[in-house]
Amino acid sequence: MAKNKSLDKLTYEEAFQELQAVVEQLEAGELPLQESLALFERGQALSARCSNLLEKAQLRLTELTSGEDGVITERELEVGE
Amino acid sequence: MLRDMESAWTPFETTTWSVYDLTRYVRQLLESDFRLQELWVVGEVSNVSRPSSGHLYFTLKDEQASLRCVMWRPQVLTQAHLPQDGERLEVFGRIGVYEAGGQYQLYAERLRPAGSGELFQAFLRLKAKLEEEGLFDPVRKRELPDWPAVIGVVTSPTGAALRDVVHVLRRRFPLAQILLAPTQVQGDAAPAGIVAALELLNRDSRPGVILLVRGGGSVEDLWSFNEEAVVRAVAASSIPVVSGVGHETDLVLTDLAADVRAATPSAAAEVATPDQANLRESLLQITADLQFEFGSQLGERKSSWSQLYTRLLRASPLASITNARQRVDELSLRGAAAIRHQLALAGSMISGLAQTLRAVSPQSILERGYAIAIRPGDGAIVSSTRQVRVGDALEVRVRDGSIGTQVTDR
Repeated sequence: MAKNKSLDKLTYEEAFQELQAVVEQLEAGELPLQESLALFERGQALSARCSNLLEKAQLRLTELTSGEDGVITERELEVGE
Repeated sequence: MLRDMESAWTPFETTTWSVYDLTRYVRQLLESDFRLQELWVVGEVSNVSRPSSGHLYFTLKDEQASLRCVMWRPQVLTQAHLPQDGERLEVFGRIGVYEAGGQYQLYAERLRPAGSGELFQAFLRLKAKLEEEGLFDPVRKRELPDWPAVIGVVTSPTGAALRDVVHVLRRRFPLAQILLAPTQVQGDAAPAGIVAALELLNRDSRPGVILLVRGGGSVEDLWSFNEEAVVRAVAASSIPVVSGVGHETDLVLTDLAADVRAATPSAAAEVATPDQANLRESLLQITADLQFEFGSQLGERKSSWSQLYTRLLRASPLASITNARQRVDELSLRGAAAIRHQLALAGSMISGLAQTLRAVSPQSILERGYAIAIRPGDGAIVSSTRQVRVGDALEVRVRDGSIGTQVTDR
């Protein structure tokens, strides 16, 4: 299994979509045990990544402004309760 | 005919109207004219009074004339804003007659600032024009992304709309990042500001969706969202736009040009995002699928393994050795039995033969009383007279021994 992106770089959507693909691949079946096992472990890790992202999710609010010179600046704002 | 009419004008006409009849007649005349039953009148407000009855009385006037107006209490209660002296208003209602006062007046139902009518006409003209151009075509509407990781928001940084959007997203989809492009959302600078904010987010390209939002307000407050430049900027956005302006009942042209119209800013945030409760649920589901699938594959492998193992055991040399050993055991048992059988058979044959032997042995003849004569010299059995001479010794064997004798006669 050539898995490209390291887990903690994946967004929720990417991780979830890969998880879906993993399950589909497993369901298609007929894989050598070694590969099934690798897929399963990848799937478990992806699921954990998703779950972790959900648990730690904190809305970010970034203000985007364009100066008179056209330079765009970003500023993180507090997200109040 | 002409005569009759002329006669009606003579001072000798006998029919005299009562004031009441006349007033009622005038009233009926006015009230039967449909143009007077649903109309907008514009003028300056004066003489506002609101007695304890709760009804509202005022006068609308312009340079040349004035009009008495009354608004009944139930309508008064629905007004967000009550008329002030000196204000220019447009008043909607019907013309009727207050008989006791002998006065015709406007029974007012709705009020709006003067100029609104014109504004509304402008709104309708622009709407028709943009519609004609296809800006509001349903085929132009794009699907919103399922899970927008970055959500552009165009609104005032200090408004209630931003607060509402943040509130909804925190609860619903905290995985998101809001990119706020702040702008004024009312006043003269608002249209250009909104257009610039939309363009800024489009240049950024991170947002999967843009929420164009503003809290409730008067028609004038929301007017920027009917400005042609703003509506066109919404239609031109390469990122899908959700328009959530004002309250449920407010319709602005950006609503029509956007990919999705939401009734309020909160509704815009909701329609653009999944609920994390659903995310959690589908994550649980797919994780369960993963485990089930792998588990059942392991199970299948295990059962096919154990089948194979059984076959392997059956096919192994160990098995054939065991088999052979068993056959040896079996054969040796069978061999032993066969030998025992053979021996038994031989035994009985031997005893049969012995019997036969006994039957034919000389002894049994002796037993029966016969005797055998034997020549002692050579042990020959004497079966003929010619074998002996007189005087020879003879041994006579009988059942229980021998008797020595001598031949006396032959």
